[in-house]
Amino acid sequence: MSAATPATGTALSSLRKLIQRRVSWLPVGAALLILILMFVAGQSYFGRFLTPRLLSSLLVDNAYLVVLAAGMTFVILTGGIDLSVGAVMAFTGMLAAKLLSTGVPTGVVIPLMIASGAVFGLVIGVLVNYFDVQPFIASLAGMFLARGLCFVVSLEAVQVKDTTVLGLQSTKLGTFEWYITPTGIIALLVIVVAAWVLGYTRFGRTVYAIGGNEQSARLMGLPVARTKVLVYVISGVCAGIAGLLFTAYTAAGYSLNGIGTELDTIASVVIGGTLLAGGSGYVIGSLVGVLVYGVIKVAITFLGADSSWTRITIGILLLVFVVVQRVLVARGSRR
Amino acid sequence: MGDDVNTAAVNAVEMRDISISFPGVLALDGVNFTLRPGEIHSLLGENGAGKSTLIKALTGVYPVDAGTITVAGQRRSFSGTADAQDAGVATVYQEINLCANLSVGENVMLGNEVRGPLGIDWKATRVRAADFLRELGLDIDPRSPLSSHSLAVQQLVAISRAVAIDCRVLVLDEPTSSLDRGEVVQLFTVMRRLRERGVAILFVTHFLDQIDEISDRMTVLRNGRLVGEYQVGELDRAQLISRMLGREIEELDVIGRSAERTIDRSGEPVIRALALGKHGQIEPVDLDVFDGEVVGLAGLLGSGRTELARLLYGADRADRGSIQLRGVPTRLTSPRHSVDHRIAFSSEDRRGEGIIGDLTVAENMVLGVQAKRGWLRRLGRAQRDEIVTGYLKQLGIRPSDPNALIRNLSGGNQQKVLLARWLATAPQLLILDEPTRGIDVGAKAEIQRLIADLAEQGLGVVFISSELDEVLRVSQRIVVMRDRRKIAELQNNESVDVDDVVALIAKESAA
Amino acid sequence: MRRVLKNRLLWPIGALVALVVVNAISRPSFLSITVRDGELYGSFIDILRNSAPLMLVALGMTLVIATRGIDLSVGAQMAISGAVALTIIKDSPTPNSLSTIAVAVLAGVALTLLFGLWNGFLVAVLGIQPIIATLVLMLAGRGIALLITGGFITTINSTPYAFMSQGYALGFPFAFFVSLGAIVIVSLVVRRTALGVLTESVGINPTASRLAGVRARSITWSLYGLSGLLAGFAGILYSSNIMAADANNAGINIELDAILAVVLGGTSLAGGKFTIAGTVVGVFIIQTLTSTITFLGVPPAVTPVFKALVVIIVCLSQSRRVRQWVRQLWQRLRPAADAKTTATPTQGAVA
Repeated sequence: MSAATPATGTALSSLRKLIQRRVSWLPVGAALLILILMFVAGQSYFGRFLTPRLLSSLLVDNAYLVVLAAGMTFVILTGGIDLSVGAVMAFTGMLAAKLLSTGVPTGVVIPLMIASGAVFGLVIGVLVNYFDVQPFIASLAGMFLARGLCFVVSLEAVQVKDTTVLGLQSTKLGTFEWYITPTGIIALLVIVVAAWVLGYTRFGRTVYAIGGNEQSARLMGLPVARTKVLVYVISGVCAGIAGLLFTAYTAAGYSLNGIGTELDTIASVVIGGTLLAGGSGYVIGSLVGVLVYGVIKVAITFLGADSSWTRITIGILLLVFVVVQRVLVARGSRR
Repeated sequence: MGDDVNTAAVNAVEMRDISISFPGVLALDGVNFTLRPGEIHSLLGENGAGKSTLIKALTGVYPVDAGTITVAGQRRSFSGTADAQDAGVATVYQEINLCANLSVGENVMLGNEVRGPLGIDWKATRVRAADFLRELGLDIDPRSPLSSHSLAVQQLVAISRAVAIDCRVLVLDEPTSSLDRGEVVQLFTVMRRLRERGVAILFVTHFLDQIDEISDRMTVLRNGRLVGEYQVGELDRAQLISRMLGREIEELDVIGRSAERTIDRSGEPVIRALALGKHGQIEPVDLDVFDGEVVGLAGLLGSGRTELARLLYGADRADRGSIQLRGVPTRLTSPRHSVDHRIAFSSEDRRGEGIIGDLTVAENMVLGVQAKRGWLRRLGRAQRDEIVTGYLKQLGIRPSDPNALIRNLSGGNQQKVLLARWLATAPQLLILDEPTRGIDVGAKAEIQRLIADLAEQGLGVVFISSELDEVLRVSQRIVVMRDRRKIAELQNNESVDVDDVVALIAKESAA
Repeated sequence: MRRVLKNRLLWPIGALVALVVVNAISRPSFLSITVRDGELYGSFIDILRNSAPLMLVALGMTLVIATRGIDLSVGAQMAISGAVALTIIKDSPTPNSLSTIAVAVLAGVALTLLFGLWNGFLVAVLGIQPIIATLVLMLAGRGIALLITGGFITTINSTPYAFMSQGYALGFPFAFFVSLGAIVIVSLVVRRTALGVLTESVGINPTASRLAGVRARSITWSLYGLSGLLAGFAGILYSSNIMAADANNAGINIELDAILAVVLGGTSLAGGKFTIAGTVVGVFIIQTLTSTITFLGVPPAVTPVFKALVVIIVCLSQSRRVRQWVRQLWQRLRPAADAKTTATPTQGAVA
């Protein structure tokens, strides 16, 4: 009826409108800013820090973490948490190494890895959704289970000699300076697909709706139960893929692989701007979060400092982000 | 299209002999309810009459124990809200059930987004959302976050969502309780527009004047039973109220007015608020309460009465004005602080902010005293038993078992335990927010009498109730609130009646 | 009152007894206790001794969980206190003097008390979710411990320090007295003062508690401090057992065992009512389970599988849906004695 509002649209008000619409991207911007600042600081301090090789290796060395973070983003967006991802990644890697060493073809092993990750996710999702087990506890049980099953598969590390799997990491595409490995490509593909699912499917929007207000989502008639189970399955699938990438990276399956990775993953996702309470965040942000994590690791190596500083720095960064989130949410709810 | 004539003859909703019980309560007892296409039908009843249970049965939240539900001629048994929506029944709840983290457009279209070959076509989705919003006269940017809009707009967005899923039956559960007059008018315009399109609207409200204004027919429930179905205009206001309340009015009248008492206002008041306010919640208010005086806060839900009570107690922190306790300026920064100053506050949300459900009656009762003593000085057994048995008897709490879990008690008895919790701390000022809400009439009368007695013994009381005659019955002075402001203060006496207070509230709202 | 308590402990005690019986049947030596030089030895005694660090941590965890919280940082805090104590002893010229050891222990637990209070500050004052607030220290804590030890596994020689976990007193392992002392002190503090009931009220309904004048914030705050303190002592015991400060492995996964012990004991993760006695039983269940698994020849590394199964079973048994199923099954199994259940099997009969 009255489509034409008084068009006094000054540049300022349209800018404000843009910011208002895009306010949920602000944390991602903050993470990006931190990343850039770290680059700048590193470059000015070390001199030869910001090189194409370093940038390339940043993605390639953390490909598994990128994939895990993508899966974790789904779970955290619904307001849940998945502590099992590190152990599930180790388990699928272990399983693959063992199967490959007994001569099972690669074409069978890889789908099996992903499927076993999905099963872990399914179990956790069902526990959370149908039996009212807290996500934290259900995924903790998943973590225990996967970690223990690792040792059932084998107590020792199992070497991987399969050329297809190893090739995922050793094949370097591009120049000597700028390169990417198939693992890096897989990680980026996962990010693209995950971003598309969250942004452009009804399932993805339901994930956000649940995180915003689960009760409302239910009353709106959205498929809450199905979605809540599926996010854990997705996280499990991502853990399976990460298992593949990690195996390619380390060339071995080992039961103690990836201890504490769940914490790195959660920290990356949160640093990437996803709200732990759910409902707000982006997969792209999680990618940035992983890169921040990667840069911290590299910088600490450059400094020659003890590697324990990585965890401390991540811990502090996580703290800062959580506190800022808390303040923002508190201010938002006051309004 | 051709079916329109047919469906018009069929009732939009027909509920027959609906019964629903919860442990210990028969919430609905053989209720019949009929909703016709293109009508606005009001559902009336006091708290606990069964209105919300009936709505939840219709919208698939609760399964029915007995009875049948027919929607547009088809027998239905819903196993969830999604089921009900598929059958064309949409609901807008009082506490708006949308997702504040998403945009307006998304909230309208969630689950019904326009999809293209590459997933959701956001452009087309937004255009459709804007269309639905405009249909209801809402010209807002579908990309703006829902949280950036007022409650009233959010309510209309929720209705747009119902329109988007092409509902034939729209249930509005107390949609007007937090809207101002202008917003209510806007809502009613939308409702009429939908009625013209043949949507059947079930409208729940506490405001009787809105019923005449908007609805065609009404159904009255009381204590889980059907009282009757009436045309608007068939009953006058008094008849309607008496049907809603049943015999309660007569019973309560027996108590009579305790308001007739002269208060000595020569000394310093127990509490004096000077221009006390909080940005966005309540405009600055002056108020004083003297020893032995009951000051009633009258006003509708959302008028600022609860907000004022919370500021007086320090549950929320005031950002302007000041408080004097017996003439001494005091800053109340936390409930704990107020307890130390012998102020007590009973919240309107008995379950959420009053009782500690999993603890026993005794533990709940001594919680206030214990909190005041601190954790190191545990209340001795003898003292504790004295308090507990004393109040169990004095307030007639049933069951009189101190070790029963409080959550298993009825609402009225829970309220009495909470009163005991506060009385045990020997307060000088008692702030009661809706102490009689949702409890049966006998308990209601007892609590009113108790308040009157306490005041007579010298306690200062701030009393809030949405039932005006209750306020008139117990208060010596009445503060009338509206739109988060104090609009009048009157001495209560024989000549003041409910209509006067209603007139005060209404007069202001007309302006 | 007493019957309720009994009921709540029935299941955990039953599980513990069952576990002991299984053990006794499969290896008769399990029950035997030998006396050597007036000191007791045997599987039982081992369980009493080895459970001490977990007992300390689980006691603190019980109270934190009762406030609707969780403390994931206890393992990292154990690493910190061990690192501090051993570094002090190592640098001291008199590693065998009691005063050195007293200083070392006090410094270790004082630091974890501070860290516990820090957790409490994040949770109670800043209002950050407990899982995340304590995750920060869980992440950073081991790093801090590594910094303290300079990245090495600090080892020491100090007989009195070793005594704490390896020594005997009155025929029993000294560590057992430490955990006994902690149980007694915590129980007394919790039940002889009003701390217990106030904690429960905060856990059940924080808003109502605050409005009733309970100092919810300071109670929550101090309980995280207590959890840190107890974790500190646990770290001392752990390092005394291996005479080394191993920042990477001290108390690894103990937060999970502690949570499991609390839940097994019958305290709900949703907060509110808690039982110290239940937690004690829970700790013994876990320690016996670990001992059983080791005995069965299963590699200790596989233990997590069993723990996972226990967690799942316990959670399922607490789930409303499963309880409903069991009730329905029960009703179906019972002959149609109550024939009046026509339409609604789920709704209890209403008076």
